[in-house]
Amino acid sequence: MAAVTVLSIRDLKTYFYTQEGVSRAVDGVSYHVIRGETLGVVGESGCGKSVTALSILRLIPSPPGKIVSGEIIFEGHNLMDLPLDKMREIRGNKISMIFQEPLTSLNPVFTIGSQLSKVFILHQNLTKKEAKKKAIEMLSACEMPSPERIMKEYPYQLSGGMRQRAMIAMALGCNSKVLIADEPTTALDVTIQAQILDLTLQLRKEFGMTMILITHNLGIVAKAADRVVVMYAGEKVEEADVFSLFEKPRHPYTIALMKSIPILGRSEKFLKEVKGVVPAPYLEISGCKFADRCPEAMRRCHREKPQLREVEKGHLVACFR
Amino acid sequence: MVMEIQKTKHNWLNKGREYWRGMNLILKNPLTTFGLGIIIILVATALLAPHLAPYPEQGRGMSNLKERLVPPGFRHPFGTDNLGRDILSRIIIGARTSLKAAIAVVLIVIAIGVPLGLIAGYFGGKVDEIIMRFADMILAFPSLLLAIAIVASLGPNLLNALIAISIPWWPWYTRLVRSQVISLKEMQFVESARAIGASRLRIMFRHILPNCLSPVIVQATLDMGYIILSLASLGFLGLGTQPPAADWGVMVSDGREFFLKQWWISTFSGVAIFLTVLAFNLLGDGVREALDPKIRWRFQRK
Amino acid sequence: MLRYIIKRLIWLAFVLLGLCAITFTLSRIIPSDPAASYLGPRPRPEQVEKVRVQLGLDKPLYVQFAYYMRNLVHGDLGESLRTHRPVLQGIWEHLPASLDLMITAIFIALSVGIPLGVLSAKKENTTLDHLTRLFSVANVSVPSFWLAMIFQIVFFRWLGIFPIGGRIDTVVNLVSPIKQITGFYALDALITGNWAALKSTLSHLILPSITLAAYSTGLIARMTRSTMLEVLREDYITTARAYGISEREILFVQALRNALGPTLTTAGLCFAFMLTGTFFVELIFFWPGLGTYTVNAIFLNDYPVIMGITIIMAVFYVVVNLAVDILLAVANPRIRLG
Ligand SMILES: Nc1ncnc2c1ncn2[C@@H]1O[C@H](COP(=O)(O)OP(=O)(O)OP(=O)(O)O)[C@@H](O)[C@H]1O
Ligand SMILES: [Mg+2]
Repeated sequence: MAAVTVLSIRDLKTYFYTQEGVSRAVDGVSYHVIRGETLGVVGESGCGKSVTALSILRLIPSPPGKIVSGEIIFEGHNLMDLPLDKMREIRGNKISMIFQEPLTSLNPVFTIGSQLSKVFILHQNLTKKEAKKKAIEMLSACEMPSPERIMKEYPYQLSGGMRQRAMIAMALGCNSKVLIADEPTTALDVTIQAQILDLTLQLRKEFGMTMILITHNLGIVAKAADRVVVMYAGEKVEEADVFSLFEKPRHPYTIALMKSIPILGRSEKFLKEVKGVVPAPYLEISGCKFADRCPEAMRRCHREKPQLREVEKGHLVACFR
Repeated sequence: MVMEIQKTKHNWLNKGREYWRGMNLILKNPLTTFGLGIIIILVATALLAPHLAPYPEQGRGMSNLKERLVPPGFRHPFGTDNLGRDILSRIIIGARTSLKAAIAVVLIVIAIGVPLGLIAGYFGGKVDEIIMRFADMILAFPSLLLAIAIVASLGPNLLNALIAISIPWWPWYTRLVRSQVISLKEMQFVESARAIGASRLRIMFRHILPNCLSPVIVQATLDMGYIILSLASLGFLGLGTQPPAADWGVMVSDGREFFLKQWWISTFSGVAIFLTVLAFNLLGDGVREALDPKIRWRFQRK
Repeated sequence: MLRYIIKRLIWLAFVLLGLCAITFTLSRIIPSDPAASYLGPRPRPEQVEKVRVQLGLDKPLYVQFAYYMRNLVHGDLGESLRTHRPVLQGIWEHLPASLDLMITAIFIALSVGIPLGVLSAKKENTTLDHLTRLFSVANVSVPSFWLAMIFQIVFFRWLGIFPIGGRIDTVVNLVSPIKQITGFYALDALITGNWAALKSTLSHLILPSITLAAYSTGLIARMTRSTMLEVLREDYITTARAYGISEREILFVQALRNALGPTLTTAGLCFAFMLTGTFFVELIFFWPGLGTYTVNAIFLNDYPVIMGITIIMAVFYVVVNLAVDILLAVANPRIRLG
């Protein structure tokens, strides 16, 4: 099967105009997903993974946020140019999303059933009854015990894992082409994390969806992804298929990440051997943004910004080394 | 000891800087700036009232029966009332009365509310419980109604009106000061004063009180609008300032008899009340929003 | 849930006791001797003494308070000094007219204030938002007695489209009188199909109820705006957007349902303190309700009436607040089921 690009992001820049200054949360990121694959997007907290994902659906809160430039190409259209009502037809219908915080991503004053049904009615022209049937179906596909009862419950009555299952049911029920999963397991109990991840992967395959899996956990990437994009401080620093990335990581940041792979089910001590913190996103940095923390930084790294280059076929890295 | 004083000072400095930043933020909003502008004009008017008013004696109440109910014109921009007094002069002199009265209310409220808040916050326990329950109880009543009942029993005059408006209002200040005190109590400089062996009274008045005064002053400024409106309302019912002294509420009420034809008496004095209250409320609204968008509009009761 | 209600009811009892203590104190510091004012001008001393005993004024204060409380519990608020009729009866007769006005006003306040607040939150920091803010603050700041007079000048004297005051046109009331069923004129006219009276009632209702609603409209708009601003930042709103829900539905259903709590609490408070608002509005629009009754009592120094109204209104205020809190607790799925 030929590799068909389903969705591609080109030179995306999303800035937040805050009191401290302009926060360049996403500063020129490009990546694409191929039909049927799972693309892993990794990086430390705050490096702009979620903002990139939200930018795809143009969900950046504005003000203070603004997509300054870039293209999001999906099915031959640049989503940036679509009028809002066309955009709404894509949201949930063609591209759906699962969020990080199951606690707060569902509306507290509506039942699970009504929230699921509403989305299904909207996108699939179902009657109320059909939508309800579909919701129950999807909930049981997500291995929810007694879905009929869950339908009548409010989000706060469910555990975090259950809520995330409900979110997954909503995302899958829409039969969308692309599923963006933004750290779907991070906020969950360690015992539940693996369950939810397995469920997501299995259902994705069953429903034949393309997935963008956002995480800061390389362990999850190793397990689930076909290709990987590594982000640092609003930029893409490395991109490769999962095998060559783990075999021959090029960027010192990626290497540092590898050393601190948290084991699923353990508390995560992230990047403990790399000193320093991510530079504040509103600072202007002329050189490589990682240089201050990089164990192998040269003088050049502080002065000049390394461009992305292809070191092997399909393996891009932004580093002078 | 020196160190500790420096710490207090430092605290003030920081606060000053914070307020300055807040001020910039506040003035970004055109409406807030508008409110502030009107307040400045109002205060200037009140200060210079006898010089600004074209007929200061009439403003203070002297009647001029030759020129009764003259419509607005060149000699009397806002017209004259049924006793021939120049409305503009009375409004200008009235600005002074209103501000003076409002400041008096604020002082009474602070004099009652702040010490109670200090005591409740500093001592905690039973004392706190009793004071706060009492405060809550007073806040549970509609304040203007309580004020009306109080003046009606004490007898209608300005002093009683001031007392009557203050009584339902002090609990807000007790609450404010108490919460400040509770957070200040744990701070470094208070701890060190305590370690040195400063007495409770000394700590309360020398160390804690100065640090909670600035929010109290901000709050008091913002409450002026409410207080002026309440005073005008009492005046309108004949329960506040007594004639012949100039009071905006009384003037609206006096004009009521004639206003379908001689509309200017009530209209202009009402505009004065409206603009003043509006200005303070716009400022208050902007300040609250700038300080913390999460702080809801405090419930201003009529 | 039950514990919450019980706790609130205990607090209510406490507040009411405090209220009675306050009105009792006030009625004792009234400058003129209650016995003397009971008898009217120039009573003879032995008469005064007799009435003092009759009113229990010779007993110690706590006994007097006990009497006072006993009377209150029996619904005895005393008699008017002027008409010698029971105060409670006077209140009861004047209440429907005021409620008529207040219910219309709160309805106006909600239906104007909520949409304004929602739009203003949606368009935060735009011109529309600033205008809405100005409108709400202006509503909160305007003295109602003045607004009422301005309305009369504009709509009665200049435009002549609304009557100057009263509840119904005298002529209409003579030709086709309203049969009193509920005491609410508009409703009674509607039930009995009395169209002439209905039209007249409504046109009399408009100006006073808008005046009375002004303060609440501003407050409700502001409260709705600030809660909506918070709610619109919530994750579930992003979720709703991510699933293509229309902006209208997000604003007016998904977000508003979450923001409604504080708004309704505000509305409850507004409704309760509209009672004080009626003093001014009714006076100017010649509305024969509680406000007029009170203001007349104030003008005539009729203390028992003033105190009785204070008690009843404060009770009303406290009870409405409690009712709103409990209703909200019941409506919130979290508290209801938890
Ligand atoms: N609403 C906002 N206002 C201002 N800045 C924002 C906003 N949302 C995000 N940012 C900024 O964008 C940057 C990237 O945030 P983002 O949420 O994309 O990080 P992330 O990679 O998803 O991290 P995490 O792993 O914690 O989810 C952060 O530095 C944050 O300061
Ligand atoms: Mg994120």
